[in-house]
Amino acid sequence: MSNPNPLDLDIARRAPTSQRAQTIAATASAQAIGGHVSLTIDGQPVKVPLGTTILEAAKTIGAHIPTLCHHPDLCVAGVCRICSVEVEGMRTLQAACAFPVTAPIHVHTHTRKVRQARRHIVDLLLSDHYGDCYTCKRNNNCELQSLAQEYAVDFFRFGHPEKPRHTIDTSSYSVVRDLDKCVLCRRCVRTCIDLQEVGTIEVLGRGDQSHIKAFQDKPLGDVVCINCGQCINRCPTGALHAHDDTDEVWAAIDDPKKHVVIQTAPSPRAAIGECFGMPPGTPLTFQLNTALRRAGFDRVFDTNFSADLTIMEEGTELLFRLKKALLLREPAAFPQFTSCSPGWVKYLEHFYPEYIPNLSTAKSPQQMFGAVIKTYYAQKHGIDPKDIVTVALMPCSAKKFECNRPEMDASGFKDVDYGLTTRELARMIRESGIHLPDMPKSDFDQPFGTATGSGVIFGATGGVMEAALRTVLEVVTGKPVEALFENANIQPVRGFEGVRYVELPIDEVGPVPDLFKDHVPHWNFLKGQTLKVAVAHGTANAKKVMEDIKRGGQFSKCHFIEFMGCPGGCLGGGGQPIPTTPEIRKARAAAIYSEDADYQIRKSHENPDVMRIYNEFLTDGPCSHRSHELLHTHYVVRGKYIE
Amino acid sequence: MNSIPTFSSMTPEAGLKKAMELSRPDIIAEISASNLKGRGGAGFPTGVKWNFAASAHADRKYIVCNADEGEPGTFKDRVILQEYADLVFEGMTIAAKAVGAKEGILFLRGEYTYLRPHLEAVLQRRREAKLLGPEVLGAVFPFDIRIFMGAGAYICGEETALIECIEGFRGEPRNRPPFPVNTGFLGRPSVVNNVETLAWAACILQRGADWFKSHGTEKSTGIKIFSVSGDCEKPGIYEFPLGISVLELLKKVGGEHARAVQIGGASGLCVPASEFHRAIAFEDIPTGGSVIVFGPQRDMLEVLHNFLEFFVDESCGQCTPCRLGNRKLLEGVEMLQAGTCSMTYLRELCALGESMQLASKCGLGQSSPSAFLSVVKHFRDELMGRVTLPTHG
Ligand SMILES: Cc1cc2nc3c(=O)[nH]c(=O)nc-3n(C[C@H](O)[C@H](O)[C@H](O)COP(=O)(O)O)c2cc1C
Ligand code: SF4
Ligand code: SF4
Ligand code: SF4
Ligand code: SF4
Ligand code: FES
Repeated sequence: MSNPNPLDLDIARRAPTSQRAQTIAATASAQAIGGHVSLTIDGQPVKVPLGTTILEAAKTIGAHIPTLCHHPDLCVAGVCRICSVEVEGMRTLQAACAFPVTAPIHVHTHTRKVRQARRHIVDLLLSDHYGDCYTCKRNNNCELQSLAQEYAVDFFRFGHPEKPRHTIDTSSYSVVRDLDKCVLCRRCVRTCIDLQEVGTIEVLGRGDQSHIKAFQDKPLGDVVCINCGQCINRCPTGALHAHDDTDEVWAAIDDPKKHVVIQTAPSPRAAIGECFGMPPGTPLTFQLNTALRRAGFDRVFDTNFSADLTIMEEGTELLFRLKKALLLREPAAFPQFTSCSPGWVKYLEHFYPEYIPNLSTAKSPQQMFGAVIKTYYAQKHGIDPKDIVTVALMPCSAKKFECNRPEMDASGFKDVDYGLTTRELARMIRESGIHLPDMPKSDFDQPFGTATGSGVIFGATGGVMEAALRTVLEVVTGKPVEALFENANIQPVRGFEGVRYVELPIDEVGPVPDLFKDHVPHWNFLKGQTLKVAVAHGTANAKKVMEDIKRGGQFSKCHFIEFMGCPGGCLGGGGQPIPTTPEIRKARAAAIYSEDADYQIRKSHENPDVMRIYNEFLTDGPCSHRSHELLHTHYVVRGKYIE
Repeated sequence: MNSIPTFSSMTPEAGLKKAMELSRPDIIAEISASNLKGRGGAGFPTGVKWNFAASAHADRKYIVCNADEGEPGTFKDRVILQEYADLVFEGMTIAAKAVGAKEGILFLRGEYTYLRPHLEAVLQRRREAKLLGPEVLGAVFPFDIRIFMGAGAYICGEETALIECIEGFRGEPRNRPPFPVNTGFLGRPSVVNNVETLAWAACILQRGADWFKSHGTEKSTGIKIFSVSGDCEKPGIYEFPLGISVLELLKKVGGEHARAVQIGGASGLCVPASEFHRAIAFEDIPTGGSVIVFGPQRDMLEVLHNFLEFFVDESCGQCTPCRLGNRKLLEGVEMLQAGTCSMTYLRELCALGESMQLASKCGLGQSSPSAFLSVVKHFRDELMGRVTLPTHG
């Protein structure tokens, strides 16, 4: 097993330098003296590594400097100027977020000049801000609102718009844009162009005419946007929010004829507590079950079930591709790419459509569950599928687009009716008068009540790969994964490194399990092979890997690659609570991995509910004709040019 | 054509030949000794700038000549390029030798596109004369210059926005530090100098630092080229030693009856008649060379309105104080014109102007309130007649 350095490809930079942190190379002599610099902040001495920004230095001594355009995930823009501080000897104030300390300076964070400038900046922002906090999605979680409070705004010094100047863009299934609330911090632009390397939105116009727009001022629904919602998660105000489906879901709940079923994914469960004041990384999975029933959902299912189902289908697909290539010596598309992240899928459809054959045809867990509920579950319980409303609680805004893809109707109905984000569901729960952390715990409903740890870790980057490996390695070698990896924790694919690459030599093979007997005579073609896999999260990292594959590099030799559209995987999805930062992602991941460790069953192919569906319903096994009809899909060549 | 006598009196290429004989530190020492300060407006010592770039370690370095000349009332760079392009290119070549650059870029204002054929011809002639190319003057010193056309935005004259622009991005100022001398074009050390600065550098190499210092004041050495316009008898291009008083200058151009003079363009200072004794020099009234004369009949509010409209339009829109502040100042002037501005609000606007000067990201927003503040300060009586007085309290 080796783990060579993930590629560090020199891909053309996307965000201009004007919106980037500029680094100052420390001189050799400065490094020799330890590369540190001493400064004072409000009279307090601080010692920091050379090049640390004033903002970071201030944090180390607990001095609060307000920020607006700054975000820990993004490059530095230095545009809002709210973080202005006084540096002795300098004529103008300096932006603390963008000023790298390289000399022993004296900083003052709240002098009269500083306070006046900040107050004016807030006043100016409000003079250009049309919005009503009562009716705003970000009420009580808005950085502009907090600044107004912090700087004691008691009237609109420079006026306040009385009429909207923009129309709200609701063209996208996922992202709604209300430019009247935009403060032009450009976080969304930097998110899209730099963190995600999609580049959907940019600043157009100059001066006070500047505004955030997509290509040629087109609505977001008509341009190359992957619906990842990462921009929403970084917007400090209500200018961006996810398309709201709660009214429709309430209507279904209120309709006595409807059987409303909700599936909950692992990532929102690890994060929804944040919406109720809990520290990040507080899993509330079983409290949520109770809350959902009280809110009126008829059944509460665990997306982990269909995650396990996905592993069976996607893992089998991989084994079949390997058989095709190695045993039958026929062409097969390698590497196989995961397909459970709809943001990633759309990214590939736009930017690398020639690689569609590499995408696993397996639907995402959300969509598989919808199809199973409206067929298997409906039959088993004698419910007319037209009366079933399937709701999915997802960490993701792209799931809203996914469930509306026209091809997602294998059951004869729309497989999933509504995808709700973590934030939307938190609102519904609050509206039901429920304080989630206070709920007693309760289990998921049958017949999908048993989950495995493999399903849970889908929420973290590397999780799908780990789950797939747990199953594939056991199926092929006939030995427990624990023999290879302690506690079945496949550490090399875990972590937050943007791109990870792992080689797994298959020294021995075992007998073919019953489920595959009809399709595979033996595993000998895998003996002595080295399984090469990789993981990438966030489309910027996906791009690195794809460019390498195009060049025929290291990653083109992989067998299987997990791609997630969002940084950190689903736990960092665009539907998750705001804020999402590197620390918060870490806390959510810790919650997910600890849940995994607590499960009795850790491997998808050992999930009895999954085995039952193959015994009772999909009797020809994974990747059979029936399962293809229900659980697999096809993709659309979209390309990156807009008419 | 000899609008600028001192430039006309120079021997072609004498400065460059001298520079070829000198070591890099010696060239910089000569420029530093002359105390030449940037002619683009900010007045940064050119020797210090070159020295920073010379001592930075990098595989490539660049010399960029800033010919964006967007400041209202400035046209001296255009005349210099038209009549003394060789002197400017000579200066760029000397700078290249001094800092170790192989490539020079002339950033030419979009409106000056008509100058391009002439400039390309001059460059071609210099290449043929081995004044540019793989071996400048037969030495192991490759250097060439290309022309990059601006697209007409004032902000692209700001050196970091200019670099963004050459790199193919929206012209917006970068965060500083670090400065272009350290991290400039394509992340490499880059010297950005005004057209006139580079021409003077060539003159200094030819005639020596002492000659240069014999003009001007101790802190503002040398001669400066001025673009004079407005209500005066003889608008046009002038050369005067720095330190000249406003009144002296006005006398020479036939504008001594002015009620005020705008020095340094729209972003400069509005100097009232009562202060015409002040000196035009970096230590008193700094300037990039624009002098706009306002005759007795001028309405200062109209002047302000004009300037602020310009800034509202030309702000890149990146940072809050400038994007929204200039709009508020403009609205304030309109309120004053309409007689609907209260004293309290005028005071608030002045405070806002100070905040803009302090907190804007680049020189545009930092200097755009200057005219507003100086007019409010110096023409109080005129404005007072137009503010609304409180009806109570
Ligand atoms: C808004 C703005 C516009 C500017 N426009 C010009 C310009 O048109 N020409 C110029 O030489 N410098 C301009 N400058 C100054 C440049 O940023 C820079 O200081 C100058 O090119 C340095 O050259 P110097 O040291 O030779 O003066 C501008 C600065 C600002 C803030
Ligand atoms: S964006 Fe913030 S300040 Fe604006 S209406 Fe919404 S909550 Fe209020
Ligand atoms: S949803 Fe994703 S792709 Fe679309 S604009 Fe936002 S960040 Fe860009
Ligand atoms: S939409 Fe939001 S993130 Fe984007 S610039 Fe406006 S306020 Fe900032
Ligand atoms: S001060 Fe004005 S021109 Fe300069 S960066 Fe800010 S908005 Fe742009
Ligand atoms: S937070 Fe520093 S400029 Fe916006």
